[in-house]
Amino acid sequence: MTIETAIAMNRFGLGARPSGTAPDSPKDWLKSQLGQYNPEPAALAGQPSRADIAASFREYQLDRKDRRAAVKSAASPRMEDETPQIDPAKIEKVVNSLRAQYVAAADARMESAITTDTDFAERLVHFWSNHFAVSVDKLPVLALAGDHEFTAIRPHIMGKFSDLLFAAATHPAMLLYLDQAQSIGPNSALAVRVAARRNRELGLNENLAREILELHTLGVRTVYNQDDVTEFARALTGFTVGGMAKGPLQRFLAANGKDGDSQFFPGIHEPGERKVIGRRYSQQGEAQARAIFSDIATHPATARHIATKLAQHFAADVPSPSLVARLEKTFLESGGDLPKLYRTLIESPEMWLPKQAKFKSPWDWAVSSLRALNVRELPNNRQSANIMAQMGQPIWRPGSPAGYSDTTENWAGGAALMRRVEIASQLAKRSANRVDARQLAPRILSGQIGKLTTESIARAESPSQGLALLLLSPEFLRR
Amino acid sequence: MLNRRFFVASGVLGLGAAVFPGVGWAAPGTNKKFVFIIQRGAADGLAALAPTGDPDFLRARGEQAEEAAAGTKLDSMFALHPAMTESAKLFVLKQASFAHALASGYRERSHFDAQNILESGADRPYGREDGWLGRLLTLLPQDDAKGLAVAPAVPLAMRGPVSANSYAPSRLPDVDPDLMTRLTGLYAEDAQLSALWDGAQATESMAGAPADQTLKGGAALGQMTAGLMQGPNGARVVMLETNGWDTHFQQKGRLNGALGQLDALIGSLRDGLGAEWTNTLVMVATEFGRTVAFNGTGGTDHGTASAAMLFGGVLTNGGRIKSDWPGLKPSQLYEGRDLKPTMRFELFASEAVAQHYGLDPVKTRAKLFPDFA
Repeated sequence: MTIETAIAMNRFGLGARPSGTAPDSPKDWLKSQLGQYNPEPAALAGQPSRADIAASFREYQLDRKDRRAAVKSAASPRMEDETPQIDPAKIEKVVNSLRAQYVAAADARMESAITTDTDFAERLVHFWSNHFAVSVDKLPVLALAGDHEFTAIRPHIMGKFSDLLFAAATHPAMLLYLDQAQSIGPNSALAVRVAARRNRELGLNENLAREILELHTLGVRTVYNQDDVTEFARALTGFTVGGMAKGPLQRFLAANGKDGDSQFFPGIHEPGERKVIGRRYSQQGEAQARAIFSDIATHPATARHIATKLAQHFAADVPSPSLVARLEKTFLESGGDLPKLYRTLIESPEMWLPKQAKFKSPWDWAVSSLRALNVRELPNNRQSANIMAQMGQPIWRPGSPAGYSDTTENWAGGAALMRRVEIASQLAKRSANRVDARQLAPRILSGQIGKLTTESIARAESPSQGLALLLLSPEFLRR
Repeated sequence: MLNRRFFVASGVLGLGAAVFPGVGWAAPGTNKKFVFIIQRGAADGLAALAPTGDPDFLRARGEQAEEAAAGTKLDSMFALHPAMTESAKLFVLKQASFAHALASGYRERSHFDAQNILESGADRPYGREDGWLGRLLTLLPQDDAKGLAVAPAVPLAMRGPVSANSYAPSRLPDVDPDLMTRLTGLYAEDAQLSALWDGAQATESMAGAPADQTLKGGAALGQMTAGLMQGPNGARVVMLETNGWDTHFQQKGRLNGALGQLDALIGSLRDGLGAEWTNTLVMVATEFGRTVAFNGTGGTDHGTASAAMLFGGVLTNGGRIKSDWPGLKPSQLYEGRDLKPTMRFELFASEAVAQHYGLDPVKTRAKLFPDFA
């Protein structure tokens, strides 16, 4: 095994496994993964459908409505036996069931990451899932976040960026997370009707429109302004989620919607021509937003933004301008053909420098540790969601649509390091009777491991301590 | 560029008279403590500190304006949100002061750029790699410069030449002390890891927190933080992070919760610090405010100016609200939608810490916000 193999496995992939055979050509091995990648691996089978998730969620909403009714009636004088019953235990049960769906999806994600043979492609899934981040601290997203990654991200990472963008941005988890599901054209048919009948204004929410331009495509401080955000928000009205909206919109959708799925309802779409970044869009209905999506997906600012993020994730916190420029060129020339982008990355000399420039994120470190030890379960049967929360990178919960940061200073912290020490100790204790750190170290860190680490492992007081030192070594904490 | 209309907060926030040491920065420890609480996600200053005395507020906010009137009336112009009961008590005791219609120099509406500027103190996003709290540490006597962030890693605001620690409670089992010793050796040749490891061990031993501690809720966070600030080795400059402020949707209930948690955090810091509260200044600030009008979904979108808060027993003459109120008529709004900023965060923050530590305000501002013209 050469240092190139170690780089292919640890920097491009999710971490070397002792059981894996070293490929003859690291570059060919990486490229072959682009074809062999399976968007629906066995580890992800058996996840609930969107309709199932929506059904659980709707039960929660109905309960809340009952609860509000109960509070109202308690405030007004009435006979005691007329007060509707509220059942907090039932509400808790529904929230627990949503949480259980989240925990199961997070465990499936971890299992897929640990068991996959195409771990460069799997890293790309994680990269794109974080690029199009949703966050489960918002309750409607809790059970849908896994579905977002499994059904919107995974099937599209080997296609065109424009298709990935559309799928990720219009998935119900995203529409709910960034408030698009409730956004209504102020002059749409529904808004006009409600305003006339109930003297109540329904209207726009510009959250998703802004984050698509700022985070998903063009990038902040580029070519758009506040007017573009508002115009794009008007064009996006119509995209909503069946069975999970609220208020008059929910009553309107109840008759039309497929529960838990994204759909476009012309009745809430803002009529008229839109102007976004200097272009006019006179299409009707859904076609209008699709045309805007299509243009911004291939915009030069988007090419630059995606090239920079990809280089930063794989090569260095501050990637070399030559690498970014090469990726940008590939993106522009191919119209955002993602496998071409990945091939450019593989062929770039900046990716193969011996220096380990990236400090592993907690997710990277946990996955690579489990792969190195060839185990599938976390210590004390802890759930992936629980362990990752302890480590400061809870799965699908970055708390912001920008996703998790990809730079060292956000992960290299004293408290964060202490968590790794605690978890490495637990992992090492369980694997020490079957894995010898002295043999494992050169297998997984070939050409990367230094003298001090080799000596520290050799001098460890026990097999378990040796393994812990390996997982905590500077060479294993970085990639 | 500094607009002349921007107020200098000097002397009006209720901190005791500033004492500027005549010579240099080196001085014996002062026992002074400073806590910076960042509100990530753009907190709505118009809800926290509602301008109920402005007749246009009712027109602009409708139902929410009526709710705000149920809060604690602080003066003829402003009412504190009803969920902030502890803060209201502190205001009456003159241990709280607020500033309104304040913003950093940032005028776009990206959370991430704006938080970067609020933390770095630079004049443009990603313009600096260290933060204003980190630079503050370089101005303090060694004993006072013990920085700690309650977070897995040190946030940008506290990064700088003086190494600060980070602490986050853990429910994981403790580690064998022999492994800890060996890691010190393993990291000996790695400058980054050895610095992190030394800091992590020091904070861990000081925390002495029960293994099962979690950070659910503002009261628990405040209690734990106060514990980390106790004693001669306790942290003196602390940064805490709060979120839940990005209220695009159904703002009323969500802000009620978030402001209630913030209020409980302030209250438990006061209780937990005990006698040390008299040496403590707490600052609360956010990256920008929110639109004056509600959006179509019962929430507010990204805006410009917001409110900032100071608390602490060190405020001997607080109970003040500093604001050059810009008004809420459509023509008075920034870009026709946001509360117009009339005070700069950079001035507010540098004045407050300069007075707190008895530092020269001009030199302090130059150090903390060197790009601020």
